[in-house]
Amino acid sequence: MRWLLVKDLQILRRSKLLVGLLVVYPIAIALLIGIALSRGPDKPRVAFLNQVPIGQTTTNVGGRDVDFTDYADQFFDAIDPLRVRTREEAVDAVESGDALAALIIPPDTVERLNGGLGQAEVEVLYNGDALKQSFVEATIDAELARANAALSRTIGEVAIEDLRILAEGGEIATPLGRQTLLGLKRARDVLERSLARLPADAPERDGLEQVLRFAEQALIGLDFATPALRAVSEPIRVRATVLSGSRTPLDAFAVALAVAVSLLFIAVLLASGVLALEREEQAYGRLVRGLVSRAALLAEKVVLAAACSGLAALAMLCGIGAFTGVDWGRLPLWLVALAAGALGCSALGVAIGALAREVRAASLLGLLVALPLAFLALVPSGAVAGGVHDAITVVNALFPFKPALQALDAAVNGADPGVWGPAAHLLALAAGYGILARVALRRF
Amino acid sequence: MTTEARGVTKRFGDRVALRDVSFSVGEGELLAVIGPNGAGKTTLLSILAGILRPDEGEVSRPPEEIGWVPQQPAVYSKLTVRENLRLFARLEKVADPDAVVARMLEQTGLADRADDELGTLSGGNRQRVNIAVGLLADPPVLLLDEPSSSLDPRQRERLWEFVDGLAREHGTSVVFTTHNVAEAERWADRVLVLADGEVLFTGAPQALHRDAKRTGVDFETAFVRFLRAQGH
Repeated sequence: MRWLLVKDLQILRRSKLLVGLLVVYPIAIALLIGIALSRGPDKPRVAFLNQVPIGQTTTNVGGRDVDFTDYADQFFDAIDPLRVRTREEAVDAVESGDALAALIIPPDTVERLNGGLGQAEVEVLYNGDALKQSFVEATIDAELARANAALSRTIGEVAIEDLRILAEGGEIATPLGRQTLLGLKRARDVLERSLARLPADAPERDGLEQVLRFAEQALIGLDFATPALRAVSEPIRVRATVLSGSRTPLDAFAVALAVAVSLLFIAVLLASGVLALEREEQAYGRLVRGLVSRAALLAEKVVLAAACSGLAALAMLCGIGAFTGVDWGRLPLWLVALAAGALGCSALGVAIGALAREVRAASLLGLLVALPLAFLALVPSGAVAGGVHDAITVVNALFPFKPALQALDAAVNGADPGVWGPAAHLLALAAGYGILARVALRRF
Repeated sequence: MTTEARGVTKRFGDRVALRDVSFSVGEGELLAVIGPNGAGKTTLLSILAGILRPDEGEVSRPPEEIGWVPQQPAVYSKLTVRENLRLFARLEKVADPDAVVARMLEQTGLADRADDELGTLSGGNRQRVNIAVGLLADPPVLLLDEPSSSLDPRQRERLWEFVDGLAREHGTSVVFTTHNVAEAERWADRVLVLADGEVLFTGAPQALHRDAKRTGVDFETAFVRFLRAQGH
């Protein structure tokens, strides 16, 4: 096997274009996928027209000043604003394609929020293709929802403070200026003291007792009102619990994905190609008539492809690690995941090479198998119908890409279900594909 | 030592490629296997080489003692002549690979092209490397499957002189297939005529002439008439 390995390495060394493509192509695909997954889309360009007069952007909610330019600043974090001065300019910007949408804040917005003219409204104009429109629409809706929520929260906090003063007493801002309120608790105390000084048959007692009961009922009601108001300002609070699946951040997962894609492509294309080359060079018959056993020949191809793809993937991982925050302390687990992944993918490669029998057919078949595998491994469970997802799960379990991705994600990012389960899965697949390749060699 | 095939039969599905084929080849003898296309010549050599297993019958020597030279050069075009020979010498586990490679380069006249990649050589030179690989382990029996089919007349002449020298000087038993019956007549000690998987004739080329009872014609015409007389 040693001399066959040396021979294949010599051939690879002299096939610079082939090796270059074999390494550059999967790495380019892997990096593109990684970049696409780890970077969010660019901010949509949105024309912005604020018709609220300068100096009138502030409203007073229960004595607290709220400046709407604060909300505009938040909005500008999510978009690329194109400031325009008139509605016509906004319409032109959208129609000409300079902006995907326009957001127009009418001049009476603050006035309406101040309570005089009903609910405030903003105007949004859309353009662009369906995908871009959907994206910008979602962005604007999300930002307006955030602004609405922030405003509701402010109003709610003011109302809760007012209720506290109503119960405890203190100063409160009103349209007539700041007023001092006695508060229900102090009123109750005053009434109790007064009732204690009155004779039992005093005619005022009945009325005072009714006022006292009202004060006590009002206090009880206010005790319920405060949490109710908090609930209204944030009706649904999210408490997230991940029961299963990856908890890896998307950019860290993209590292594992990029490396797994490179590993798959290099291993499958190299293993299938070098095995088919033995037949194409007519050397297979000469080798297996006593010089090398068929099993040893397959093992040599698997070892060669696994070593080359594993080293390329390790180099890629180290390269990415030099620029990102990967945990170098997990290096031994990387090696386990890379070795198991490379063996599984290379065994698939020799099975493809044994079935295809020609280098070009093997390369084509390798690509036809590898591309859908990479795609299917990324289909999330909720994105397709249950039956389809079950079928995808079975396919993913029968091919080495998904377990290789899981092993790498676990090795690099510490994701569930750990390295050892997927590694054992990969070794079982390697054995299975080895048997398949050995059977296919009967008609090689 | 004589090498024998006894009662060899090979089937591919329902088709019988070889039917009860028996023959022998002596030490230093050149045996030509001739016959029309599809006669079973390559199948017979593949069984002798140990690449195919016969359904019935046996071969007296193990594959390790038989050198095999397939019709298409079974060598690596990205390796040099020397690297190809060294690789197969190591796989054959010869005692001193470098010495054997040097000897084969000298013997096949390829010493000056030793460091050229095989892909850059002519068809004739590739075939010489192909034959050299078959001879690396110094086998007592050499099988050549249509060795001259891709060679020009001058290269063919050199090839057959080389093969003849192997048989006469080294005592190597040579079994070769060919479509060129004139070559068989000129170089072979005996011919084995195979048609539809059956042996029709074994003997000296002159005996085939006599059997055809057409002593006034050339060997190829006699061969064709013989096949027709046998119903092929």
